[in-house]
Amino acid sequence: MTFRTMSTVFLGLLAGFAGIPAAHAIEGYAKPWQMGLQPAASPSMEGIHWFHNGLLLPIITVIALFVLALLIIVIVKFNSKANPVPSRTTHNTFIEVLWTVVPILILVVIAIPSFRLLYLQRDIPASDMTIKAIGNPGWNWTYEYPDLGTSDDGSAKVSFTASLDDKARDMETARQADIPYLLKTDNPVVVPVGKVVKMIVTSDPDGIIHAWTIPQFGMKIDAIPGRLNQDWFKAEREGVFYGQCSELCGKDHAFMPIEVHVVSQDKFDTWAKTAQTAGLDEAYKYLASAEAADGQLAQQ
Amino acid sequence: MAHATTAHDDHGHPTGWKRYVYSTNHKDIGTMYLWFAILSGVIGGILSVVMRMELQEPGIQYFTGLASMVYGTPADAAIDAGKHMYNVFVTGHGLLMIFFMVMPAMIGGFGNWFVPLMIGAPDMAFPRMNNISFWLLPPALGLLLISMFVEGPAGAYGVGGGWTIYPPLSTTGQPGPAMDFAILALHIAGASSILGAINFITTIFNMRAPGMTLHKMPLFVWSVLVTVFLLLLSLPVLAGGITMLLTDRNFGTSFFVPSAGGDPVLFQHLFWFFGHPEVYILILPGFGIISQIVATFSKKPVFGYLGMAYAMVAIGVVGFIVWAHHMYTVGLDADTQAYFVAATMIIAVPTGVKIFSWIATMWGGSIDFRAPMIWAMGFIFLFTVGGVTGVVLANAGVDRSLHDTYYVVAHFHYVLSLGAVFAIFAGWYYWFPKMFGYTYSEGIAKLHFWVTFIGVNMVFFPQHFLGLAGMPRRYIDYPEVFAGWNQISSYGSYLSALGVLIFLYGVFHAFARKQQAADNPWGAGATTLEWTLSSPPPFHQFSTLPVIR
Repeated sequence: MTFRTMSTVFLGLLAGFAGIPAAHAIEGYAKPWQMGLQPAASPSMEGIHWFHNGLLLPIITVIALFVLALLIIVIVKFNSKANPVPSRTTHNTFIEVLWTVVPILILVVIAIPSFRLLYLQRDIPASDMTIKAIGNPGWNWTYEYPDLGTSDDGSAKVSFTASLDDKARDMETARQADIPYLLKTDNPVVVPVGKVVKMIVTSDPDGIIHAWTIPQFGMKIDAIPGRLNQDWFKAEREGVFYGQCSELCGKDHAFMPIEVHVVSQDKFDTWAKTAQTAGLDEAYKYLASAEAADGQLAQQ
Repeated sequence: MAHATTAHDDHGHPTGWKRYVYSTNHKDIGTMYLWFAILSGVIGGILSVVMRMELQEPGIQYFTGLASMVYGTPADAAIDAGKHMYNVFVTGHGLLMIFFMVMPAMIGGFGNWFVPLMIGAPDMAFPRMNNISFWLLPPALGLLLISMFVEGPAGAYGVGGGWTIYPPLSTTGQPGPAMDFAILALHIAGASSILGAINFITTIFNMRAPGMTLHKMPLFVWSVLVTVFLLLLSLPVLAGGITMLLTDRNFGTSFFVPSAGGDPVLFQHLFWFFGHPEVYILILPGFGIISQIVATFSKKPVFGYLGMAYAMVAIGVVGFIVWAHHMYTVGLDADTQAYFVAATMIIAVPTGVKIFSWIATMWGGSIDFRAPMIWAMGFIFLFTVGGVTGVVLANAGVDRSLHDTYYVVAHFHYVLSLGAVFAIFAGWYYWFPKMFGYTYSEGIAKLHFWVTFIGVNMVFFPQHFLGLAGMPRRYIDYPEVFAGWNQISSYGSYLSALGVLIFLYGVFHAFARKQQAADNPWGAGATTLEWTLSSPPPFHQFSTLPVIR
């Protein structure tokens, strides 16, 4: 029995006892009883996976268990029954130097990959396309695709506002429609796979601070009125990815999700062309049919 | 206080309400601080249990009804009012627990009681200022509670900006007077703390008994000394920041208004320049309490005393230069973030020194596992868990995933709810016989520990999983995938609430039983000066100053 199956059985039992209705995993987001990070779909998130799961988590687990072990030894060996006469030792230069130097060395070991990951995230590479995301006071996001042409007044021709889908506002309705509760938006963001997408993130000048994130892309950046923040991602597989506003922004903070569809370059081009010529409704119709066809292919 | 040897017994101390309202006695003021902290803690705790009830299942179950019940909001608007009310609870819980529970208990309560006793002083340096320090707090609490019932955003009540009150959510986001009430509550509580800090610094520097050099001071006094310096240096920055907020809101200034030359991020820098030292303010006195308790019950002096004292000084100093690790996602450039990563991780070193020194103090000891010691050992382990997740969060690269998720909530509750609060309970049981002259029931105290220990771990350990899985914090509702761990977390919250009831019953039981406590109930390990006095100590102690060898 592997650890994974054991933990699945254990969690199943736990759910049974707790009487929790079975929810199913959300593709592009988390799964029920998830204990770790979401799967990686970008270089940044792959780095976070390696750094957190491969280095930090083992180190902190060992440290916590080491301290626990010391405490248990102390409880067993140095209780007043087992050791009636206390020692008077209050100094030991060697051990004091040791417990100062060893943590420093551990921190150096952590710091080197930490900086590498940080600079990977914050040194924004040459981008293939740009999307501007604007957090609105009405708890939704406006997206602009400046690369797809601009009007004379400078505004992007392909631009839309994405709110929480009405069907995803209610748990029962969402279940019946088979869409993820609180995550589905009415107008998803569409990007091509394998391309560096630069995000320019800001908030309405009269609005408040929000934060734009897609956990599986390993990015999160605040949308601040009066500031243009930059971040980037390169989605490495096709699919639908979700995120949720990550800076307290008032009553509907929990209700302004982010949905990104990563599609092939061909599909993206067709979507963009359709949006430019026939309008967004047609573009999303095309997207839905293309994704449905992909789904049927995958099922066969 | 050069003439402190003069007898004070002839004053004839006041009785009845005057004894407390007019009090200039550090012990009476300390006691008032402790009851005040218990009151605030119960209110803040109730808020948290209601939040956990709401989060037990996805969907909105309670707050819609609660909003129409409390505010009389009509049914069609009650859903929105309820969503805002959840944020009001988040904000209220944070502010109450920080400013009106942990700080009054640790600094005002135990600090007032035991700093003068431990350094052999008859009282605090400025007894009347001590009075005003305490009596500023009830009006501050009153303003904060009032803020929950006056208009915040249009059509809703209370402050829903989180304890961090970032603008523009705290300015244009909630134009009603609720935010002004909360700001004034913070101003008054801050003034109270600054006055208290001045008092402690003066007391510790000038009123130590002959022979009590700085390097002989008990570690609890050291911890309070470092803490009050942090208070004195950081609170004025908060006061400045929230005053700018107040003038932005009411007098047309634009410090944080981007369209008029201001910058919302400026507030975040000001807030966290205060806020990060603040979190050490909450935990450092706990370090001191734990050091006293571990040494007492191990019947050994503290291992590496100087290292312990200067580790706290180091934590205090470095605590001032790490503030932007709360702001990794505001768009700071890579080099700035790299600096804050490095500076933040350095704090792990003195913190590690403290953890290992506590263990080394126990090592070779002859430990009595009385209730205070059990709470202290619980503290050491849980604080370690909270500390190592702090090292994870220090890394900006990983914080990209964890910022503003439940991982952060789990982390700071492990160091505060399971760290600072465990230290407070450890100190409560340790000094209860001294302060009140009665013994507490060891059985109730241990039951209190185990119920709380299991309860809070159930609340907060699963929140690490929720955070890693991406669940954002300050959410009234969440996707169904997060339901499982949230339910466990909520059950833990109810168990912790049971723990609070056991605590309150234990207090009642001890006062009803009236079993006289010995002057030193802990034996040879209790070497600090408070144990040389009667239990409870006389109204004025040390008319003749003790001389420390």
